[in-house]
Amino acid sequence: MTVEDVRATLGARVLVGEEHLDREVRSACGSDMMSDVLAFSKDHSVLLTGLVNPQVVRTAEMLDIVCIIFIRGKKADEKLLEMARERGLVVLETGHRMFTACGMLYAAGLRGGAV
Amino acid sequence: MEDAIVLTYEVSPDDFTRAGEASSDVKSKLKQMGVSPEAVRKVAIAMYEGEINMVIHAKGGEITVSITPEQITMVLADVGPGIPDVELAMKAGYSTAPDEIRSLGFGAGMGLPNMKKYTDEMNIDTTVGVGTTITMVVKL
Repeated sequence: MTVEDVRATLGARVLVGEEHLDREVRSACGSDMMSDVLAFSKDHSVLLTGLVNPQVVRTAEMLDIVCIIFIRGKKADEKLLEMARERGLVVLETGHRMFTACGMLYAAGLRGGAV
Repeated sequence: MEDAIVLTYEVSPDDFTRAGEASSDVKSKLKQMGVSPEAVRKVAIAMYEGEINMVIHAKGGEITVSITPEQITMVLADVGPGIPDVELAMKAGYSTAPDEIRSLGFGAGMGLPNMKKYTDEMNIDTTVGVGTTITMVVKL
């Protein structure tokens, strides 16, 4: 699956990284706790989160996450988006809640990391 | 270890938005040096968790990263409150972080367990009221 497939599945809006939508996505992780993401996330992941602060971008950077999806219509500020741009990340925004967004991606074939 | 490359960082206290800058810099330098992506990832995650801890629990501190062809050694030293019960602190889910930190996405009690998980060796040297020095090694 590509980032564009993820975007289309959720009907999400692209905030940053329009040019990277063809990147491959292999797994997903949904959490508002960044330490949990750091514990369980895998390579080539997308991160779904309702947390909006610079540490989300840093967490994504440390894990080589390809795409951050802000759920529940959370609004990221320009500083955060600029950080994401500098790091070559894709940032999407969707109004769906966590459970729904994860369910839609799971139904589309995306899986979480191994336990 | 004459051929070690040594990087030193000051971790500034009370500026949560900047926490992770040192880890970010180490990650990009290791990549440039051609260190394997797997090792870079381990170092980045472990150091980032440690750096966040230094901002949350101690009043910042100093991180020294030494790189040799055999291994990467991270030494995170702070003059914070110390850890009264290391065994308890190592338990996944145990946290003393305030709610304010939890609302920022940390304080889930996964920091120290994550640091252990992603490194080959980890040693915690701590004295209550004096400070904590954590040494972590990732073998190459």
